[in-house]
Amino acid sequence: MFLRDTWLIFRRDMILSLRNPAWIGIGLMQPVLYLFFFGPLLERITESTPGFPPGTAWQILTPALIIQIALFGSSFVGFGLLADLRTGVVERLRVTPASRLALLLGRVLRDALQTIAQAVIILVMAFTIFDLRASAGAIALTLVIVGLMSVTLASCSYALALRLKNEEAFPAILNTVLMPVLLLSGIFIPITQGLAPAWLYELSRWNPFTHVVDIERASFRGDFTTDALLTGSLVLFAMTALALFWGVRTFQRENA
Amino acid sequence: MITARGLARTFTARGRSVEAVRGVDLDVAAGELVGFLGPNGAGKTTTLRMLTTLIRPTAGTATVAGHDLAGDPLGVRRGIGYVAQGAGATPNAKVGEEMELQGRLYGLGKAEARRRGVELGERLDLSGLSDRLVKTLSGGQRRRLDIALGLVHDPKLVFLDEPTAALDPQSRANLWEHIRALRDTHGTTVFLTTHYLDEADALCDRILVIDHGRIVAEGTPAALKAQVSGDLVAVSVVADDVPRAAEIARRVPQATEVSTEGDAVRFRVPRGDQALAELLRGLDAAGIATTSLQVHSPTLDDVFLTLTGRSLRDADQTEAEHVPA
Repeated sequence: MFLRDTWLIFRRDMILSLRNPAWIGIGLMQPVLYLFFFGPLLERITESTPGFPPGTAWQILTPALIIQIALFGSSFVGFGLLADLRTGVVERLRVTPASRLALLLGRVLRDALQTIAQAVIILVMAFTIFDLRASAGAIALTLVIVGLMSVTLASCSYALALRLKNEEAFPAILNTVLMPVLLLSGIFIPITQGLAPAWLYELSRWNPFTHVVDIERASFRGDFTTDALLTGSLVLFAMTALALFWGVRTFQRENA
Repeated sequence: MITARGLARTFTARGRSVEAVRGVDLDVAAGELVGFLGPNGAGKTTTLRMLTTLIRPTAGTATVAGHDLAGDPLGVRRGIGYVAQGAGATPNAKVGEEMELQGRLYGLGKAEARRRGVELGERLDLSGLSDRLVKTLSGGQRRRLDIALGLVHDPKLVFLDEPTAALDPQSRANLWEHIRALRDTHGTTVFLTTHYLDEADALCDRILVIDHGRIVAEGTPAALKAQVSGDLVAVSVVADDVPRAAEIARRVPQATEVSTEGDAVRFRVPRGDQALAELLRGLDAAGIATTSLQVHSPTLDDVFLTLTGRSLRDADQTEAEHVPA
């Protein structure tokens, strides 16, 4: 029953997404621009700057762009829910016997799949147009990570949207949270001990997404042994679990 | 079909609590078409949302469609249809997709959900629209789709929240037909909220009047009107006969507010049609000829005015400001 409901909601949302595929393209605009207009600059910098982590520019940038897709693509999905609240769709679905968990998970899985599809496009571009090299294992791991991150962020986004029920406050809060998270995760310039002042480095370690970027970079340069992999996976699993818990609770809470 | 006792709901927002519903008792029998009438903010929608499991009551109990509201919300959901105020369909979805999804969420198989969609489409004049996007439908079509979505699982009890709000007069009249058919042809129990007097009057077997979160009156539209203010009877006679005619009017059982003005005598009685025979016999016996005779039924607005001291329309305007979200 629960799986069937999840599938039905997932399918509904997928059909709606595919009806306006332009949005998937618009979500890809930013990372593609970075790939073309920022990536080439990074090649020299990587080679000549002490303190940069090992690996080529593309092994450093591509994982970061994929994280960026997840971060921005999935954080704003709550807007869709706000629209469904406004049009009464949420209420309509909530009076059916459908599982409350399914009403959330169906949406979240659609978001995860959409993010993974965008990540695949960026990876293909980085491989074919630019000079990215990474193992199949690294690619698979990246896609799993991106999927989990998307689940995490989408759940939070839906929970936040349901709590706020306000189409103005929602983006304001998101932007306030996302900018520091983005900068402190060292997405464009890695925040290493060699590059950053101690306080900034320490601060960045508190950002869970830093650890997620770290596993991706480690796996892209073929380093599957480091602590980064363990720490990053634990952080990611913990975040996903917490986010799902919050999302489900908010969906089940009365008057949500 | 519905039994509620002491149903109440208090909203708390920014440290202030608002008692939206303060202890509602109601009973709706199977096959009834009941209207819940009151100004905006009176507690209609809140009561409806409680009865449909969307929000939990802060106090009170209810049995809806044979299931306990607090103990078995899933059972309640399976047994009822709910059509919310405003809309319920996704603008960018196709009509057919929405019907199928809704049916399947109620546990129907794919083929069954489609078949049901077609059947309801025919019943609610939506045939041939299955491939249209919801946002391209007219207001009336969209509302009928919302209702169709609430009927996919053939519920024995349907809640309609302000079903005809924001519709043009023609679409309203058309929708009334469909709502009547729901009960008359399909035996569905219908519980609807409205703040249109004519709607309650035209559709409902029985009306519950709610104000400030409490039910202040209940009865058939005719009984409510009779109970509260009575019909106004105006009879015109030759000027000389006015005092004698007024005397006869006073003797009509239960006649009140007898007054004269020019050649007319006016008075109120609970049932104007019954009083008329009495009056005419009296006038006839006294040899008084009538030049005109009129009976005005009171409107539900009169009822509301008598009950609360305010007209429904005024209440709407003053209360809209502190409606709990």
